[in-house]
Amino acid sequence: MIYQKPKFKEKYGNFINGKFVEPVNGEYFDNYSPIDNSFLAKYPRSKKEDVNNAVAAANAAKEAWAQTSATERATLLNKVADIIEEHLEEFAVVETADNGKPIRETLNADVPLAADHWRYFASAIRAEEGSAVELDKDTVSLIIKEPMGVVAQIIPWNFPLLMLSWKLPPALAAGNTVILKPAEQTPASATLLMEKIADIFPPGVINIIHGFGPEAGKPLASHPGVDKVAFTGETTTGQLIMQYASKNLNPVTMELGGKSPNIFFNSVMDADDEFLDKAIEGAVLFAFNQGEVCTCPSRLLVQEDIYDEFMKRVIDRVNAIKQGNPYDTETQMGAQASKDQFEKIMSYIKIGEEEGGKILTGGKPAEVEGEFKNGYYIKPTLIEGHNKMRVFQEEIFGPVLSVTKFKDEAEAIEIANDTLYGLGAGVWTRDAHQLYQIPRAIKAGRVWVNNYHAYPAHAPFGGYKKSGFGRETHLMMLDHYRQNKNMLISYNKNKLGFF
Amino acid sequence: MKKYQQVEITEKAAEVVRKLKDEYGEVIFHQSGGCCDGTAPMMIEKDDMYLDESDIFLGELEGVPYYMSEDMYDIWKYTHITVDVTEGRGSTFSLEIPLGLRFIIHSRIMTGEEAKSLGLSDNMLNNKTKE
Repeated sequence: MIYQKPKFKEKYGNFINGKFVEPVNGEYFDNYSPIDNSFLAKYPRSKKEDVNNAVAAANAAKEAWAQTSATERATLLNKVADIIEEHLEEFAVVETADNGKPIRETLNADVPLAADHWRYFASAIRAEEGSAVELDKDTVSLIIKEPMGVVAQIIPWNFPLLMLSWKLPPALAAGNTVILKPAEQTPASATLLMEKIADIFPPGVINIIHGFGPEAGKPLASHPGVDKVAFTGETTTGQLIMQYASKNLNPVTMELGGKSPNIFFNSVMDADDEFLDKAIEGAVLFAFNQGEVCTCPSRLLVQEDIYDEFMKRVIDRVNAIKQGNPYDTETQMGAQASKDQFEKIMSYIKIGEEEGGKILTGGKPAEVEGEFKNGYYIKPTLIEGHNKMRVFQEEIFGPVLSVTKFKDEAEAIEIANDTLYGLGAGVWTRDAHQLYQIPRAIKAGRVWVNNYHAYPAHAPFGGYKKSGFGRETHLMMLDHYRQNKNMLISYNKNKLGFF
Repeated sequence: MKKYQQVEITEKAAEVVRKLKDEYGEVIFHQSGGCCDGTAPMMIEKDDMYLDESDIFLGELEGVPYYMSEDMYDIWKYTHITVDVTEGRGSTFSLEIPLGLRFIIHSRIMTGEEAKSLGLSDNMLNNKTKE
């Protein structure tokens, strides 16, 4: 089935204090689709004044929102999930137009998962409780969870609605009001969501500000009226945000990417069965979302005694990937999100070759015909080399897989951990000992064992090393958005006797 | 021996740098890593970023110092960098973004002569291309 490019209004506003408002200075920026480089709509080019308004609205709303019961908040979160689901196709097609990813993914992954994260935190907040301990027979310590207050969230463009749905629900469920800034490349689905849920939350509880990093992101991240900042993106901006947070002594959570190893031990080829078929697909998952995933399994490590045979099957599977019209449900890979990303990826392929890497397949832009010829399409690419090469060390954020072989478990672990990052990893084996021991030896926040790229709610996600800190998509994220109030109560009628 | 530079800049990018310097005053390049818009030079106001000895100085472009973090430099020290500019967007705090532009880098492995002139051993070059 082929979907049509969705219709947009000419321009949209920021969502502040429960309604759409024009930017204070009246400036907008143009948003284009990476599918065909066509104009979509204008979004506010917000500045400090707009940020101030949003922070003021969030502060005005925070006391009342913090007083709501978990039941009330959960009910509203569930409503959002229902609305996303009711409009699944509409969200999917807008997301595809804005980001360039194939409709197959937005229909089956981005949008349904987004709805589920709202439901998950609606449930989590009702099921959990504080704690009490009797320190001695007359003294009781109560721990009550309280919201931080106002939370600022800055999200990336690779999964616009899904990243919003990782960030907003835990902050809201915990009783905070929020100002969220979508990436300027992908402002559309956040705006569509606010159109659909404008009346659900009290004014000021959710505020959405559009604009550019230095003009809107920076004043938001450094605002003294904000109590906590959550960010997903690259390292320099992450470092800047932590510096701003240090001025306000605010806590932060950071998700800053990775260079995730995907390790295949020789036992995967012990039989030619469903599991081997699954493993081959697991190696090809680097192409999912055009490789624009923080946990893209972008380093393929294959045990040397199965290397030739295994790689032959991987390459065949990669060459069968259907690229083309992202609105077509048959299409498996769409467009890269922007021109600068396209150029960055192509420049990495070149440097991989210069470093002595061998292109096993791909290595060039994909020719897409007709109306899509102005879009940014790259063939899924495999580069064979070694782990010291730059294409093995740096996040390319594109459909580029760096492939190498290893001798034994020790070498697999050494290569896997030889990276600045530690977000995701994959381990594939039929060996019961390796199933446990190898994941334990890998320094990464999420190790997929005999699977990859699953992101269910209730499994915590976050990084080690330069990949950041904080654990999303799990109820432990609630604690990143809360204070612990300790009430230390004495039931003893007698004085201390000091004075 | 000829003295080489590790970082250079295209005339198009230099023009943007001069424009941003006029607007913001003292600025620096800091090369970012990681997710999304990473592995690109970010231009930020000098006072905005806390720099110390873990930020390696690679050279100056139009009077703007170019830094990257030490652990990234370890991987990049044999790489020659040319800063260029392209149309694009980025969800970072880099100052060129409101112009609808992005600084990007073209890079290549240095020659042995370049490496030696920058005080690096040219042995590593050989190690890098065959392990």
